[in-house]
Amino acid sequence: MIWNPTKECMSREDMRRLQGERLHKLVERVYHNTPFYRRKMQEMDVTPDDIRSVDDIVRLPFTTKQDLRDNYPYGLFAVPMSQIVRLHASSGTTGSPTVVGYTRRDLAIWAEMTARCLSAFGTDCNDIFSVAYGYGLFTGGLGLHYGVEYLGATVIPMSSGNTAKQIKLLHDFGATAIACTPSYALYLAEAMAKTGIPREEFRLKTGIFGAEPWTENMRREIEHKMGVNAYNIYGLSEVMGPGVSHECEYKDGSHIIEDHFLPEIISPETLEPLPYGEQGELVFTTLTKEGMPLLRYRTKDLCSLTDEPCRCGRTNVRMSRIVGRSDDMLIIRGVNVFPSQIESVILEMEEFEPHYLLIVDRVQNLDSLEVRVEVRDGFYSDEISKMLALRQKLSARLQSVLGIKADIKLVEPYSIERSEGKAKRVIDKRVLQ
Amino acid sequence: MKIKQLSVFVENKTGRINEVAQILGRHGINMTAFSLADNADFGILRMIVSDVERAEQVLREAHFGVSVTEVVCLSCANVPGALSEVLDGLAKEQVFIEYMYAFSEGDTARVVIRPTDLDRCIEILQHCPCCLISKSILKQ
Ligand SMILES: [Zn+2]
Repeated sequence: MIWNPTKECMSREDMRRLQGERLHKLVERVYHNTPFYRRKMQEMDVTPDDIRSVDDIVRLPFTTKQDLRDNYPYGLFAVPMSQIVRLHASSGTTGSPTVVGYTRRDLAIWAEMTARCLSAFGTDCNDIFSVAYGYGLFTGGLGLHYGVEYLGATVIPMSSGNTAKQIKLLHDFGATAIACTPSYALYLAEAMAKTGIPREEFRLKTGIFGAEPWTENMRREIEHKMGVNAYNIYGLSEVMGPGVSHECEYKDGSHIIEDHFLPEIISPETLEPLPYGEQGELVFTTLTKEGMPLLRYRTKDLCSLTDEPCRCGRTNVRMSRIVGRSDDMLIIRGVNVFPSQIESVILEMEEFEPHYLLIVDRVQNLDSLEVRVEVRDGFYSDEISKMLALRQKLSARLQSVLGIKADIKLVEPYSIERSEGKAKRVIDKRVLQ
Repeated sequence: MKIKQLSVFVENKTGRINEVAQILGRHGINMTAFSLADNADFGILRMIVSDVERAEQVLREAHFGVSVTEVVCLSCANVPGALSEVLDGLAKEQVFIEYMYAFSEGDTARVVIRPTDLDRCIEILQHCPCCLISKSILKQ
């Protein structure tokens, strides 16, 4: 069902006009309320009056994660703290964390747009959701939570971890939908199978997965193992949280909530805007946000956009799957390698478990890439030659996809850590040297 | 005539083989014969054990990668030339051997053979100067 047809099925022309109006108001707000943006715009010799339509966006400055860190904690807030009703923060793996503040209106918009997503996934007020994203500073848990309530469905505020209890409550409460990271979904599916409870005793039918990039193969794997219809939800806390874009029943890209977020694709090298269809870095401008509005926020996520109409009837722009992150991208022997490429090769092969670990190192001034994988039960052999052939098969496929040779290491079952949150899949030892 | 052999995938880490032995020992499973085939990264431990099903189950529970294959096990006189006579017999009939391992006690030698064609191998061995070992004997 389309939750908000006025906004989701608006003509392209009307959408551009609405975005233009909102962009102008946004620029006025940040110019007057955020010294950081006023300074940047003055340096570029741009005033709010110069920004009249979406085409003028190219005149505005970019914002990076580093800008958020430099202005830690409240430097980019555009309203006084008396109007901020909630804070979220991202874990700073490097440097200080980043903080996001929301006004009451921001939270209302967030809940409404998440309800649009959930409605596009075919869920409604009759569904019972287990929200297994972490509750807390991370936006995943609370973001989905209020979206489910806004939809009118039932929410089980499960949070992450304690898999045995998750399974018990999914079963006992008759949960029909689950929201978590795709890697946790795989972990959970395995754990569910191990309990021995027949799958028919679970009522799960919809899976809502996001917060980390995943692939079509991973979707098939989750759908097969968990017996759900799996949908992608995209978002990032700096911009809002989950719900910035979502798939529909056709699962052909994710519809961006364009009346609130203006997307662009730029070249990560030249920062020049790229046309629809071309792959580059995704950039968002938060058109309506009050607490911490951002101009041209560089997400580091690499994907492409299309404005072609979708069969579902929604007219807003769709983004492709995230093919990688511009800062996740590994440069190995001069070649760009994305962990997601390796993942999709592994997931295509039934001989291997969908868990892997990449170890990048530099040996005698030459980059090396080691891929650790577990052979799936049923594919172990008594013959060394058959195991080597298995390894060779993966090696050849990886080479054809990546263009470089990887050393494959077959490891024992369960020796690769199963994730209960975002999976740690890359160890780059070169950084430490 | 056919004997089930248990194979266990082990990474080349110290103590892994010992762990397998300990797990089997703890469950009262006896290893009659074993051999290790390996390369630089991993090894495959092949074993004839007193209770294959149980061994497979407990090793899988301990997160080992296991597989079960059928092999043939024979005994012949532990004297020079006895084994080669048996192997000659197989070669003459074009039965190839993927791998084999042997152990002897007193005046008998026991040999585990994994041929390419198990049925044909058994057929030929029945006419060779050796004695095929059945599962029941191994259990003792
Ligand atoms: Zn659609």
